[in-house]
Amino acid sequence: MNGIAHQVENKCGAEEIDARAAQWLARRHFYKWSEEDQIALDAWLAESRNHAAAYWRLKAAWERTERLAALRPPILSQSALVTRKRTWVVVAGVVTVCIWVAAFGIAAFPLFATAKQTYATAIGGRTTITLADGSQVELNTNTIIHTELTAHQRTVEVEKGEAYFQIVHDSKRPFIVMASNHRIVDLGTKFLVRDSQNRLEVVLVEGRARLETADRWDQKHSAVLTGGDVAFATADSMSISKKSADVVTNELAWRQGILVFKHITLGDAAVEFNRYNSTQLVVTPDIASLKIDGTFATGSVGPFARMAEFALGLHVQDENGQIVISR
Amino acid sequence: MAETPESGRKGYKPSQSDAGVPASEVEAWFVCEVLPLEAALMHFLQSSYRKKNEISDLRQDVYAQVIEAAQKQIPDRVKPFLFTIARHLLINRIRRDRVVSIESVADLDDLGIAVDAPGPDRTVIARDELRRLRAAIDKLPPRCRETIVLGRIEGLTGREIAERMGITESTVSHYVANGMRALADLLYGAPVDIGDCI
Repeated sequence: MNGIAHQVENKCGAEEIDARAAQWLARRHFYKWSEEDQIALDAWLAESRNHAAAYWRLKAAWERTERLAALRPPILSQSALVTRKRTWVVVAGVVTVCIWVAAFGIAAFPLFATAKQTYATAIGGRTTITLADGSQVELNTNTIIHTELTAHQRTVEVEKGEAYFQIVHDSKRPFIVMASNHRIVDLGTKFLVRDSQNRLEVVLVEGRARLETADRWDQKHSAVLTGGDVAFATADSMSISKKSADVVTNELAWRQGILVFKHITLGDAAVEFNRYNSTQLVVTPDIASLKIDGTFATGSVGPFARMAEFALGLHVQDENGQIVISR
Repeated sequence: MAETPESGRKGYKPSQSDAGVPASEVEAWFVCEVLPLEAALMHFLQSSYRKKNEISDLRQDVYAQVIEAAQKQIPDRVKPFLFTIARHLLINRIRRDRVVSIESVADLDDLGIAVDAPGPDRTVIARDELRRLRAAIDKLPPRCRETIVLGRIEGLTGREIAERMGITESTVSHYVANGMRALADLLYGAPVDIGDCI
């Protein structure tokens, strides 16, 4: 009898519970989600196992669709068409204006719509640029970027090096960063882009951005990054992992002129230093895999070599503007 | 006792530990082990119970009890465990309805034997995943699909989707929530009516 009473109690609820669970999930993914919201959701889930069952089931299905985002199958282009149609109206408007401008001569054009600029830093240099829209780009050592702001789009191309972006979001004027044959589309973000040896690294510090291969016809690799995501992308692969706040902070330490090493190899540390200094560090292969920790100023090659000398008992020698560390 | 009328069922040994299984572990187990059996479970429930409009209630009750048991101890053999619970709940419902047909009892016994059969090959599941996801998205009604695609693929927020589609935020929420439910049904293999999404 008890059992029956129990089920009657739950009986008429399934539909409503399912609907309520979907509302929670939708709010959590598409709207601002505060700590209070999380507490309220946790309380709701704890209220009944039917709530947990419904919510977990919907959440699991929703998380499965994440793979879909990463793979970008062709069916999605159908839906993309729907939105593209709207964009055409805007594009058509812009085209009209461009033709009108063309009638007044090409010379007038740059004044009207675009502001193309190139910024660069030397080895060891660091600079912060504020773009006309208020967005800030901080360039690390040995970096070249090209910016182009138009009425309908903001584009920054990272030719080489590393840059930290703090973007003023404008949904009508997307901010796109091009780097190493990939495109990062801002969705209200602070992020770091580093291009090194055919490998692109994106550290998403705050907000969201979409990372995708730049070739429109090969949209195999595309993913939405959120806070703490670190993505590595090459021409044919993309990996994304969540990193702790500490790791993310360390990745950005160069903005204070600091390098933070946590259990990295001597060889990798040398590569890092060499980005910032014309005096190059050379580590012989037999000791390149020694692990080190430490915090150094980006320019402090000398102190770093001395630390290696004393702490690790290695041999340090100056050779034609190179510092060679060996056993 | 009153709270757990179904305790003592077969295939579940109560755990000695008072601490219980952490919620995250139960959730992971539920998602990885139980949900993939949903199509089979729905087939079982549908072929055994006449009141089609109560099937989703029944499914949720089965899940709730599965979770309740797993919170104490994660069961070793998921399929027999799940179907034992399903059968108990079915029998309770049939008793309550006071319409015990010979067929339904026979069905239950038949299916009870089939329960030990292995599930579909995991590699097949993995290979089918993308196709299933595509098909599921394709089956959503257009407006619903657009909100899901904009949110999931383009990564827009609810407000941005509303702006882009020229609809209110509450309409977006409505579409998105319905889309999520339809996706769960489509992905876990249950036949559903998604007409009300629009």
